[in-house]
Amino acid sequence: MSEYILEMTGITKEFPGVRALDNVTFSVKRGEIHALVGENGAGKSTLMKVLSGVYPAGTYDGKIIIDEEEKRFKSIKESERAGVAIIYQELALVKQLSITENICLGDEIAANGVIDWDESFVKAGKVLKQVGLYVNQSFPISYLGVGEQQLVAIAKALSKDARILVLDEPTAALSGGEAEKLLEILKKLRADGVTCIYISHRLKEVFEIADRITILRDGKTVATRERKELDENKLISLMVGRELTNVYPRKPHTAGDVVFEVKDWTVYDPDINKTIADVSFKLRKGEILGMAGLVGAGRTELAMSLFRFWGRHVSGRLFLEGKEISPRDAGDAIGFGISLASEDRKRYGLVLAEDIKRNISLASLKKIASHAVVNENEEIKSAEKYSAELRIKAPSIEQAAENLSGGNQQKVVLAKWLMTTPKVLILDEPTRGIDVGAKVEIYNIINELVDRGVGIIVISSELSEVLGICDRILVMHEGKFTGELKVEEATQEKIMYYATGGK
Amino acid sequence: MAMKGYSLEHIRKYTMLIALVAIWLLFTVFTDGVFISPRNLSNLFVQTVAVGIIAIGMTLVIITRNIDLSVGSVAAFVGALAAFLQVKMGWPTSFAIAVALVGGLGIGFWHGFWIAYRMVPAFIVTLASMMIFRGAVLGITEGTTIAPLSQAFRAIGQRYLSPHLSIVVGALAVIAYAFAHFYKRKRRTGYGFKVTPLPLDILKALLISLVIASFFGIMVHNRGISYAVLLMLLLAVIFNFISQQTVFGRQLYAIGGNPDAAELSGVNIKKRIMTLFVVFGGITAVSGLVLTARLNAATTSAGQGMELDVIAATVIGGTSLMGGEGTIFGALVGALIMASLDNGMSLMNTNITYQYIIKGMILLLAVWVDIATRKKA
Repeated sequence: MSEYILEMTGITKEFPGVRALDNVTFSVKRGEIHALVGENGAGKSTLMKVLSGVYPAGTYDGKIIIDEEEKRFKSIKESERAGVAIIYQELALVKQLSITENICLGDEIAANGVIDWDESFVKAGKVLKQVGLYVNQSFPISYLGVGEQQLVAIAKALSKDARILVLDEPTAALSGGEAEKLLEILKKLRADGVTCIYISHRLKEVFEIADRITILRDGKTVATRERKELDENKLISLMVGRELTNVYPRKPHTAGDVVFEVKDWTVYDPDINKTIADVSFKLRKGEILGMAGLVGAGRTELAMSLFRFWGRHVSGRLFLEGKEISPRDAGDAIGFGISLASEDRKRYGLVLAEDIKRNISLASLKKIASHAVVNENEEIKSAEKYSAELRIKAPSIEQAAENLSGGNQQKVVLAKWLMTTPKVLILDEPTRGIDVGAKVEIYNIINELVDRGVGIIVISSELSEVLGICDRILVMHEGKFTGELKVEEATQEKIMYYATGGK
Repeated sequence: MAMKGYSLEHIRKYTMLIALVAIWLLFTVFTDGVFISPRNLSNLFVQTVAVGIIAIGMTLVIITRNIDLSVGSVAAFVGALAAFLQVKMGWPTSFAIAVALVGGLGIGFWHGFWIAYRMVPAFIVTLASMMIFRGAVLGITEGTTIAPLSQAFRAIGQRYLSPHLSIVVGALAVIAYAFAHFYKRKRRTGYGFKVTPLPLDILKALLISLVIASFFGIMVHNRGISYAVLLMLLLAVIFNFISQQTVFGRQLYAIGGNPDAAELSGVNIKKRIMTLFVVFGGITAVSGLVLTARLNAATTSAGQGMELDVIAATVIGGTSLMGGEGTIFGALVGALIMASLDNGMSLMNTNITYQYIIKGMILLLAVWVDIATRKKA
């Protein structure tokens, strides 16, 4: 038997006007965890779509060899049958169905069309055990957290006898603890002989679990290396093709007067039984205030409740530049000068089918309109200005948002909020799922805004990010701030201590 | 990253226009040219009006991920109300029409209230109205036909602008178009943006002017332009402007494209949906009045099945039922396609059985072509 379970050679895939993959070579050894890294748009997802038959044989050039046998997948079903399973960034689980049903979905154990539930339970139980998930199998999937859902998705893949498991940004939506657990499970699966292709922007994780690393850049294979041959800086320079001296460009800020104050903010939503209890904090002009904590600590809910987008019972007082304000909806808040770029850009940030221009102007239409008629020339002017300022890479501002890479989409969201000329800008996970190059650009933009006197709140689950760019850090745990740290005194350990409830 | 083929995008925009031309050519051949005669074309446009007017509003409704199944019943109700007031109660026509229009707006308000503020799906709210107002029509007409209408009332649906006046209106339309076209160009240059090279731009303006002129030419050749057709075109121009150039219109697209993102961007969704349904109630009322005027009678079965024609026209015109996409221009083309099929097959004396089957197949085909050319390289 060959050392390699999967060999992809000379893979070239073209879209009209663009060569997404250019003669890519990618080989995975039996039983290893192989990380696939590269900036957004480098071609990782495209390569995996070629592998899984999303792009059927014939629409690309090159060879796919699994177990020394050339495969020409016409559909996802065929690649699944050959043992390839992809766990997508956006989980493909049915919320209303139970855990067992989800695992068996598409591969039901049935006789003459009638499902054998006992068998199904046993089968699902077996794979759940394999991923270390011990929960009531008849619960609907929506009862589980994102991390646990991720595990169910992996269990589902295992139940289909997957031998090559592809994980696309599995930890993007997970908190530190959940991610840690996932990595442990992957190591355990490796010991069981499962081969894993791991796509991630979190280089720390890559170094923790990968045996080998393949780097893609602009649709080409740059290199495949043993993990031991690389360190983080070397890897980053291979990814971007240039040396990145500092991922976190820190500039000294001088904080001014208090621009925004939240007092005794209490939010309760009986639907999901979550509470923000008696939260108070102040934000100064020209400072970056970090909000750290585990996923689910309530930071996003806090931000959303300021916009009256979340929470049924809200009480507390808000002060902007010393004056009390009481926004009734997002429109009011934006009018006062508060902007919120939410964590999920596809769900809350962009109108995907619309072009860059219209996405940027969406929150500022009234500004560029007279008598409710939009001045399209002003719109073009502003959109051009912000897209140049943020270096949005697109053929034109008429490009639909759905055709942009993650980093550029995030920049469009930022551009939208910059156009509202906010006094307070809340950024919820501003760099989630985007590549290193774009990250640095976004940090630079944040620094520039701070220089202009904008007060910025950065909500982030990446500790290094919070430590890297914020001036002051508030740590939230279960709807309350448990600690406040100046960046000079903050360490990952201290933040984690507060984030897990330490006092 | 995949770039969408720009040329494909462009072709897609005009697919239905091409389909319309193809349908016209086919019918012209099958009817030995009767179809394309000025007289028939004039009729065709008059037949398009009732569905066309509502399709203009339905496009906006569907863009916001809503739907209105009650338009047939509501149009019939408004028409019957006006006819009742004018014929049975002896009211002056203008009063009767004004009250009927207010009634339409009120029905829209009722829909908006339930849909925007009580979160009942539009499908259900308007399904209920479809029954409620069909019942109301039976009530008002007492199961019989209210006729004949006053001359002024009938004029909305039956009268034509004299050929001379039609020429004047046509000329004004061309001038207004040309003015708008070059005003826009001037403003763009003022901002320092790149514009289409002047000769090309003039050519484009000439072409469109030619289309407008020949349209009016054909109408004049018959007996002038019908009030109703003029009304439909005017509404189309107004609503095209609203949908593309106003804050309201832009926000409707955003609501349909991504309601969460729209709300977080400060769009007051409830208010917008409410306003939209009130306006749409008005549009439906106008269509109901035209329909009643054209028939010179309010009947119990008026507008039955109309909602399906309207939705078909809207969808054929490229409006996505998933929301966020669609144009007024497309809706008019869709309405014209539907009317052309009716008109052409009637001229050919096609059995009514086949007429339904063919219309259904065309709807299916149109949407499939739209979906097939939309995504995937």
